Amino acid sequence: MINALKAVIWKDIIMEYKTKQMTSSMLVFSGLVIVIFGFAFELSIEVLHKVLPGMIWVAMIFSSILGLNRSFMLEKNNDCMQGMLLLPCDRTIIFLGKFCANFLFVLLTQIIIVPGFFVFFDYRFQGGLGLLVLILLVGTIGFIAIGTFLAALASNSRMSDMLLPIILFPITVPLIIAGVQSTSLIFQGQGFDAISQWFYLMLVFDVIFLVIPYMLFDYVMEV
Amino acid sequence: MLVAEQLEKSIGGKRIIHPISFKVTRGEFVTVLGPNGAGKSTLFKLLSLATQPSKGKIFINGSKATTLSSNLRKEIGVISHHTFLYDNLSALENLKFYGQAYQVCDLDKRIKEVLRFVGLQLYIHDPVRTYSRGMQQRLSIARAILHNPSILFLDEPYTGLDQHAIQILNSVLQSLNKDNRTIFMITHNYEEALTLSNRLIVLTKGKVVYDADTSGIKAEDFRRIYLELVGSEKS
Repeated sequence: MINALKAVIWKDIIMEYKTKQMTSSMLVFSGLVIVIFGFAFELSIEVLHKVLPGMIWVAMIFSSILGLNRSFMLEKNNDCMQGMLLLPCDRTIIFLGKFCANFLFVLLTQIIIVPGFFVFFDYRFQGGLGLLVLILLVGTIGFIAIGTFLAALASNSRMSDMLLPIILFPITVPLIIAGVQSTSLIFQGQGFDAISQWFYLMLVFDVIFLVIPYMLFDYVMEV
Repeated sequence: MLVAEQLEKSIGGKRIIHPISFKVTRGEFVTVLGPNGAGKSTLFKLLSLATQPSKGKIFINGSKATTLSSNLRKEIGVISHHTFLYDNLSALENLKFYGQAYQVCDLDKRIKEVLRFVGLQLYIHDPVRTYSRGMQQRLSIARAILHNPSILFLDEPYTGLDQHAIQILNSVLQSLNKDNRTIFMITHNYEEALTLSNRLIVLTKGKVVYDADTSGIKAEDFRRIYLELVGSEKS
């Protein structure tokens, strides 16, 4: 099982290293978001306090969609998905492997983009950096978990590019709201106590978004 | 050994495979022929444990198999007209991925062995997208036998191959069969089937209408039998 999981992750990483299809599209999109927001608004420090958390989450969510769509499209060439389904392991291992690889790629994008926001808007972040990292991590885990599952589901459709955002956004609304609200509080210099309710809500969604795909992935692949 | 007992598959209320039973012994080379829509690919997916039967049982080397029988999948190698290979990865990287997932011992040595067997050892580091169709299909064979399976399933392996590539594929299949490996092939090409197989099964409308060994059958005679079977089912 662990060997198969490692093999799926290794394969996705080496493919991304060679093609750079997911990370480059995510980075270009996030960069565009930064530039467009930068030129669209006259942002004072007070306004920036309020809108920057939203901007970061918008960039993260929309760029992740681009990456998630690519994730299973690569498996359609030469019917590689069938090859994966024939591997001698539980099919949920494929989900876990894809989830880990996607999470890694989105994390890599965030490591570049979040500081990019601060630099471009000349914003001095004064909140808790550890808290910001924690919230972004927890939010990303939940979003990528359900996103990976739905990308697998949508990949069997001819309109998978359109289908994924349509089914993913409504499901992840609570997670995104909690993410934006808690990030906003962190930007205002608040501590863990202030964000704890949002944080626990995100944790609950993470558990749900990991358990449901784990239980249903085999069935989805059969359909 | 491969055994199908009253195997049945319905999709969306439509019965694709009617109850089918047969036994394939170790070392046998069985070819399934049939017109388009006969249910060959569905039967292939059922036997290769890619999909679950609606009813019936499959036994592989004596063990009951389902899509959840992950360990039994180690007994199976699958070659399809799709190669299951990643275009952007090299032959070595593709085989490493499958080898790790199948927990192949001494993987680097085994990869060199199978690449030598299919004659691709000189192209080990080349990306698969630079391979010809014939080379891709040979690499697909290397992928399928990497974990040394006892049963090989082939689904339309001749699709898109030129005559030279077909000859190479046939010689590879013959030498695999000599190793006492069971081979189960689905094809439209009955001439190749007669040359290679010990046994032919004809499937039409999800039913087995012919099941006999190939000894003594001439290509012309079988062609007449096949057309009669397919024609009578169509009319």
